[in-house]
Formats: sequence, structure tokens, C-alpha cells
Amino acid sequence: MNRAEPLTQLQSVEPNTGSPPLPSAMTPESRAAAPAEARSLLATAWLRIRRSKIALLSLCVVVAIMLFAILAPVLSAMSGNDPYTSNTSPEVLDDFQTPGLPLPGYMYPSAEHWLGVEPGLGRDLFARLAYGGQVSLTIALLSTVVSVVLGTILGAAAGYFGGKTDAIISRIMDLFLAFPHLLLVLSLTPILQSRLRDTPLGEGSFLPMASLVIILGFFGWAYLARIVRGQVLSLREREFVEAARSFGASHLSVLFRQIIPNVMGVVLVYATMLIPTNISAEAALSFLGVGVKDPTPSWGQMLNAAQSGNWYLSDPWFLAVPGVMLIITVLAFNLLGDAVRDALDPKASRH
Amino acid sequence: MMTFILRRTGSLVLLLAAVSFITFTLFQLGPSDPAAAACGQECTPERVAEARVALGMDQPFLVQYADYIRGLFSSRMIGAPGAQTLCEWPCLGKSFQTNENVADIIARSLPYTFSMAIGALVLWTITGVGLGLLAALRKGSPVDKFIVGAASVGVSLPIPVTGLFLLLLFVNQLHLLPFTTNEINSPFGPQGPGAWVANYLLPWIALAVLFSASYIRVTRTNMIETFGEDFIRTARAKGLAPRTVTFKHGVRAGITPVVTMLGMDIGLLLGGAVLTEQIFSVPGLGFTAVHAAISGDLPVTMAITMLAAFFVIVANVVVDLAYAAIDPRVRLQ
Repeated sequence: MNRAEPLTQLQSVEPNTGSPPLPSAMTPESRAAAPAEARSLLATAWLRIRRSKIALLSLCVVVAIMLFAILAPVLSAMSGNDPYTSNTSPEVLDDFQTPGLPLPGYMYPSAEHWLGVEPGLGRDLFARLAYGGQVSLTIALLSTVVSVVLGTILGAAAGYFGGKTDAIISRIMDLFLAFPHLLLVLSLTPILQSRLRDTPLGEGSFLPMASLVIILGFFGWAYLARIVRGQVLSLREREFVEAARSFGASHLSVLFRQIIPNVMGVVLVYATMLIPTNISAEAALSFLGVGVKDPTPSWGQMLNAAQSGNWYLSDPWFLAVPGVMLIITVLAFNLLGDAVRDALDPKASRH
Repeated sequence: MMTFILRRTGSLVLLLAAVSFITFTLFQLGPSDPAAAACGQECTPERVAEARVALGMDQPFLVQYADYIRGLFSSRMIGAPGAQTLCEWPCLGKSFQTNENVADIIARSLPYTFSMAIGALVLWTITGVGLGLLAALRKGSPVDKFIVGAASVGVSLPIPVTGLFLLLLFVNQLHLLPFTTNEINSPFGPQGPGAWVANYLLPWIALAVLFSASYIRVTRTNMIETFGEDFIRTARAKGLAPRTVTFKHGVRAGITPVVTMLGMDIGLLLGGAVLTEQIFSVPGLGFTAVHAAISGDLPVTMAITMLAAFFVIVANVVVDLAYAAIDPRVRLQ
């Protein structure tokens, strides 16, 4: 597959307002490589995703999960429950054999509690799953944004400026990649939380979310930066960059208006792949007890609750609810990521 | 070859120094007050001030770092003047919680982490490379599609979910395996290798499911690419047996990316399989790190993070050297 194709298609995408001579300077280039009318990045991705059943299905699942999380307040209101009210009355939870275990009518889905109730506190599982989805997905998406912004800018700067800038940024990338990710994130999260406690970010349930976004975002940029740097190394030698320079565009303007728009394809691919990684990371950290903590729900926190006190042994459903949700979400995002990669970065897929 | 090894070792030492400095900076300057963390929950300002002196935090930052590094090479005294205690070589500080030498805590955890790593490694390499190769050889067939599909699902299974599910099924419901115990940390112990395998089998499976999935993908992709190359066609044209072509020519050339991954993953796993150790209550490095992180035991988390980064970096260099040994096309520059 011709490497230049997806890149050139992107050129006409980005609004080039502010540098009027450039589109005309680029046209011969685009015409040469993209015979069809130039499409936007997302349109290109959509066109190819539409052809694959698996990709379409995973896109639908992703959209459904997002809606489920966004509509958490509406859905819980419809079911008549909320994620925080506990009900430990002896009609709901067992009082004799296994104290705290939901009675059969409350353990599994029913009209009253769509996914049953939690053992121990008797809170509604459906409401916790929906609100937990909000927390988990917000953390995953925001931390991905942080990583992508850092990775794109630093990677592009390293590749474009070369020399000392490149040497410094590349060494920092090497260092970030050398650290065992989970271990570092795990040990720094409590430290960051103690720092944030007295700031506006440190209020209540906001604190764990803010700290996870910062930590996961800050330690996730290096891999993307390395990829972007590699792309930019070849991009900066291309004619349209030279053209922009000769029209008097400054380095910064070339970097942000010419170079970065042209690597958006790769960036989008790695961003899609980073989301499921960050969903798993949130789950892992909250599961370990350093991320989101009770009473705030998240899918990782729910897994933590299932393990603590070995509830999952007497009430496997309590483990299955967040577990299956997590697997479906990560699987759908992963498959979507594969599809986006096949669509926008044909060289990387190598089927 | 010799210059290559020397140059790699040189950059290795530099990288290790940088990693240790950064970890130290993050953990010493990160917390708003490490002395308060060391002192505990209910601590008067006077006691915090004492703790600050005892931890050497009244010293300039670089002096603290130099002292810490000195402990890696010789025993040193730590604590407040007048109340100093000997921290024997290799000194990584003392635990805030138990006042135990951090190096001793690490030495105690290592056998568990090794036990976890070695079995999981063998299991996932065999299944990952084996299935990946099978899929590549039968490219496009239902077998291939099934393996690729299974790998997609495999990489999406979070370890907490698989781990707890395995415990629920095999230990709690079917009673096939025992709950993991702290008493077994080597196949050469009094309980024998059988008990060791039974003790670690589930953690191995939990890790192997996740890891083998990515090994299947990488092996398959690279083998398909290699089988399409000219030298394979030449080997076939020469009339070599298909088995010889597949294994001697194909696998040897196509396996290098897998070796890279393997090296990195070994390095990563030696630093502690944080989640798996936590789920199965195996008191290895990862388990120790989680508990230290939650209780704010900075010297322990810092030392384990540093050690884990060292493992990754060393693994990187070993991989580079292994490359040259496996793939005749690689030239060391």
C-alpha cells in the first residue's frame, strides 16, 4: 500500500485559514496521490469501517456503552433507584447464614432492581454500573486526551526541530518507556492525591478522578510521541513544508498548521488504542484500592468491592456485572481500534 | 561485537543513573511532606520535625540522593544524630511501617515473583508462539480465524476479572486446586515441585491468557511476512523439506520481534505482576508495592519501582544482544 495515500488525503481536511497561499501550493501533491475527491479523516475512517461487520458492530457497542454512561441519571431514575442509597433491611439482605448476602429475590435482576443489589450494603447494582461507567469512561477519555496532546506536540517537535530538541525529547521518551507503567502509576497516585487535596481539584469524589487523569495521561504519551516523531521525520522533508517556509510561515505555524494536521491519522489510530488501555488501567488501579474509592462507583471500584470480603465467592453475580461490562467495553474499543488502524494506517496492519 | 557490548553497557549505566535520580526525585519531592507520612496519622509538629531530621530531610536534596546511592555500594548509618542505626549493604532505606531494611523486604518477596514469572513465561511462550505459528501456516483457514478471534478476546480480558473468575471456578466451585499459600515459593521446597505447580497454576494461567494473546498476534503477523520473503521461496525451490524451511529458515528469521517482546515482558514481570499477585495473595514485589503504596511507605515503593525499572532496562540490553545471536541478518553497529 502506498504510504503517502492516507497522508495526502488529510491535507485538504484541516482548515487552512490564516495561510491562504498554502492550499494552492499543495494541490498538485494531493492530486497526484489521491485520485478520488479528498475526504476528511473521519470520513475516510467511516468509509472503510462501514465495510467491515465486526467494525460496525463494535462501533455500535461503543456508542451504546457511551449512551448508557451519559444517560446514567435518566436510566437510574427510570428504574427508581440511585447508586448511593443502601438498604440493609432483613427483607433484602440475609441476616442469618451469610450476613449481608442479598436474598434470592434481590441478588439477581428483577423489576425493582434491574441488576440486583450489592451484598453488604444493598445498593442498586444497575445504578452503580451506570454511574460507574460515567466515572470509568470519563477518566479513560480525559487521560487519553492528555496523553495524545502531550505525545503529538512533543513527538512532532522532536521530529520537526531535530538536533538538540530531538535528543532531549527522545531521551525523555526512553526514560518514560523504561519505567514499569502500572507500578509507577500505582505508587505515585496516592502521592499526587495528597498533593491535590488542598487544591480545587481535591474536592470529594473529584480527587481520585483528577489524580487518575493526570497520572495516566502523564505516563501514557511516550509511545505515541515516538510514533509521531518517526512520521514527522519524513514529513518535514516534503515539498509542502518547504513551500510553507518559503511563504514566510514561522516554524511554530508550520508545526501546528502543516505538520500536525498531517499526522492526525496516526494520532487517531493510537488514541483509539489508548482508550481501552486506560479503561483497563482505571479498573486495575481502583481494583487495587488506589483509584476511585467507595462510595463513588467505577467499574474498577466495583471489582474491588467484589473481591473485598470475598463476596464474589458467595455472590458470583456481583463479580459478573462489572466484569462482563468491562470485558465488553474493552473488547469493543479494541476491535474498533483495529478497524480504525486498518482504515487509516494500512502499513501498520499488515494482514 | 565487543565495542557494541561496551557501548550498550555504558548507556545502560547512564540510563540506570537517570532512572534512579528521577524515581528519587518523584518520591522525595512528590509528597507534600514525606516526614509526616513517615511519622504516621497522629503526629505532633515536634514529632514531624524530629522525623524530618531522622530521615535526613533537613539536608539539601542532592546530599540526600548521594547518601541514598552510597547505600547501594556500602552499609551506612541512618537516623537522627545520636540515634543512628546501621543499614547494612545493600541499603535502600528502612520501611516507615516496620523499620525493617527495605533490601530484606525485597529479598523476601523476590522468590514469589520469580515463581510467578517463570511458569507464566513458559506457558504463554508455548501457547502464544505455537498458536501464532499455527495460524500463520494455515492463513485464511477456519483454524486461523478462530485463533485470531480468540486472541482479540484474550487481549481484552482484564486480569482482575480473569483471576477472580479462575479462583471462583477452579478453587471454590470445582475444588480442583487449593487457594494459594505463602508457604511455597520454590519448586525445591519441602512440599516438592508438584505442590509448587498446583499453587501457582492459576496465577500462571491468568497471566498467560493476557500475554499469549499478544504473542499470537505478533508471531502470526511476522511469520506471514517472513513466509512471503524471497529467501523462503529460494529455500523451497532448492527442494528443502517443508519442515526445515518452516523452522530453520522461517521461524529463525521471523521470531526476532517475539524475542524483543519476550525480553521486555520478562523485565516487566520481574518487577512484580502487581494485579495477579494481589488477586492470588502472592507476597511478591507487586503485592508488597501495592501495600506499601496504600500505607504511604515511601522507601519500599521507591525501591521496588527503581528495581523494576532496572529490570526493564537490563532486559532491553539483553534483547539487543540476543537479536544478533538469533537473526544472522542483524549487524551490530
